[in-house]
Amino acid sequence: MNAPQMPLLSVEHLTMRFGGLVAIDDVSFEAPRAKITALIGPNGAGKTTVFNCLTGFYKPTVGRLALRHPARGEFLLERMEGYAIPASAGVARTFQNIRLFPGMSVLENLLIAQHNVLMRASGYTFGALLGFGGYAAAERRAIERARYWLERGDQRRLEIVRAMCTEPVLLCLDEPAAGLNPRESAELNALLTFIRDQHAITLLLIEHDMSVVMGISDQVVVLDYGRKIADGTPEAVRSDPAVIRAYLGEPEQAAPAQP
Amino acid sequence: MQAQAPGPAFDFGAALKDAGLVAGVVVLLTIALVGVRVQDISSGPAVVFRFDDVVAAAVLAFLGRLGIGLLRARRPLPVLVAALAFALGLSAILVHDVVAGGADGADLAHRLLPFASAVVNWTIALTAWVLSARAAWLLWYASESALDAEAREARMDRLSARVQDWARLVGPLLLGVAVMLPFLPGIDRRLLDIAILVVTYIMLGWGLNIVVGLAGLLDLGYVAFYAVGAYSYALLALYFDLGFWTCLPLAGIMAAFAGMLLGFPVLRLRGDYLAIVTLGFGEIVRIILLNWYTFTNGPDGVSGIPRPTFFGLPFTANPAEGEASFHSFFGLAYSSVDRIVFLYYLILGLALITNLFTLRIRKLPVGRAWEALREDEIACRSLGVHPRNTKLTAFSIGAMFGGFGGSFFATRQGFISPESFTFLESAIILAIVVLGGMGSQIGIVFAAILLIGLPEVFRDLNQYRMLAFGLAMVTIMVWRPRGLLAHREPTVRMPERPPPAGEAPQETRA
Repeated sequence: MNAPQMPLLSVEHLTMRFGGLVAIDDVSFEAPRAKITALIGPNGAGKTTVFNCLTGFYKPTVGRLALRHPARGEFLLERMEGYAIPASAGVARTFQNIRLFPGMSVLENLLIAQHNVLMRASGYTFGALLGFGGYAAAERRAIERARYWLERGDQRRLEIVRAMCTEPVLLCLDEPAAGLNPRESAELNALLTFIRDQHAITLLLIEHDMSVVMGISDQVVVLDYGRKIADGTPEAVRSDPAVIRAYLGEPEQAAPAQP
Repeated sequence: MQAQAPGPAFDFGAALKDAGLVAGVVVLLTIALVGVRVQDISSGPAVVFRFDDVVAAAVLAFLGRLGIGLLRARRPLPVLVAALAFALGLSAILVHDVVAGGADGADLAHRLLPFASAVVNWTIALTAWVLSARAAWLLWYASESALDAEAREARMDRLSARVQDWARLVGPLLLGVAVMLPFLPGIDRRLLDIAILVVTYIMLGWGLNIVVGLAGLLDLGYVAFYAVGAYSYALLALYFDLGFWTCLPLAGIMAAFAGMLLGFPVLRLRGDYLAIVTLGFGEIVRIILLNWYTFTNGPDGVSGIPRPTFFGLPFTANPAEGEASFHSFFGLAYSSVDRIVFLYYLILGLALITNLFTLRIRKLPVGRAWEALREDEIACRSLGVHPRNTKLTAFSIGAMFGGFGGSFFATRQGFISPESFTFLESAIILAIVVLGGMGSQIGIVFAAILLIGLPEVFRDLNQYRMLAFGLAMVTIMVWRPRGLLAHREPTVRMPERPPPAGEAPQETRA
């Protein structure tokens, strides 16, 4: 429907102010289709705020968030209600502090991710209550989808599995590698590349673990104090002096001389 | 809450101090409630002081607390001796009194303890028995280390999981008893009336459980929907001369509509705020009913509400000329109990419909979404669940069952007034849900029997019934903070058979 070279997501002049505090200041970047874009930066740089704007938890002060769904056309995320963004635009996310439904079983968690599909299949409850067919088969399909993703992401990554069950086109992961040991983060890398390569899903990733960022990202966007300071391939960003300065600070004397 | 030093180190002074503190609290609590009493005598009301009651209560509390302190410090022997002696003595006296009946010397207990009510004395004796049993248990298993709170909780969880397993057996058993109840020996009209009351509250508990237990919306104004249902039927019958069976669905629809009307603006509030608004709504409905005199008859209430008919057959002794009534149609002798039995089956049917509906909808996507919203609303939003609409369905469906219950109440009583729909009703229904274990269907049955049936047993205590009610609530909240049977069965299980390998279900992917 869209030209394949168009990026899936375009963030244009995104600005988010909380009263006098400017959390994001005129940030623009693009997330190419079926690629992994990492969003990195020191603590407080505004990474999670970008996610919250993308998924409708915040309404951006200024800016345009255009998502080009391969089957359903273009969505302007900044104008949509929070619940509608995953439901119709196909944007799924995970949270920095994991948000599963603790009192419910794994499978129930995964079925809630398919709520809208199942609601339609159950005739918005009326059909299923009155005994019209079709719901049982839809639930079976939903369980099979849950099983498919459960086999590919282990329990620790249940939140990613649950997000995948919503059948997204854009998956936003907020620090998925936090608290993982090296072997687990290698498994995570494998899962994320599998999602990208086998299912052609675009990933947006906030991460501090550089082995994940540098290992699998196709593109890295660096934020600092709400501004974008670099954007490019992992190799280019790694050697960018502005990035090094943001992460490591700068030598005292040399400060003004740096570009 | 001190005096927990386990093992040999035991501070007797601290235990004494603790027991003294408890006795002091008891004195403070009872001095106004029990110690001073206004009595109506011929020369007008007079204040009567009964400080012997207060002293006795304080001494008993002191001894009991000291006993608990000793048990906590693993010193069961003195407790066993003292409590057993006390329990045996008191029980013997009470039994003697019962046997002696109204004869002379039948108030032996009253000479020992000042309390007027035999129920109180029996409760004290029972407490002494429990204390001595606990002491004997500790003496027997002296080596057993104390279970910490967590282990105890886990054990109770296992127990309630087992009870839920039994529920598959207990459920049909209870159902069988419930269906057979009117025909069981020893069931008279009074017991049947109590049964109708208990089943009504079970149904209301099941209805509110959808809102509070499943969707996690704390609703303190459930009685408002009960009132809307009751008044819908009463006023439809009054103004349009409609019968019960026509009005029942209409009352449900109106209550659901009221739920939607309230829910639409307020369901964005959470937790305590929602509780306060619903509390206010409950009062608003009651006050409207009270003040809109031209429409609802205000405090005078609506009377002459038609009784339900059995497929058009009324339960009257002398039917109008040319019409049949239940007993004449079936050729039975007229019995006034027939109508009560019919009402019992009516409410039992309504309750079972509520239960089946809940059991079914829990397994449908909307039911699962309710539970997910209770667990984490933000995660729900990120998964595309519409929070407000989903809550609204829970709220209005719960309200609908409240409306059914209300219209049954109206037809049973034949007379309703705003007095029947006070906050206390909401509180009792909520207590049933919380006590039963949020979301547990069978737990609500037990809780309703406990909370509605027991006060009938404790009728002897008059106004202190509510005190016993509060005591039961506090006990259960300390002992089982998540309710009697707080074990959740998953609504869906992964089927055993693995799917054909390598087949991705994501066929829609571009």
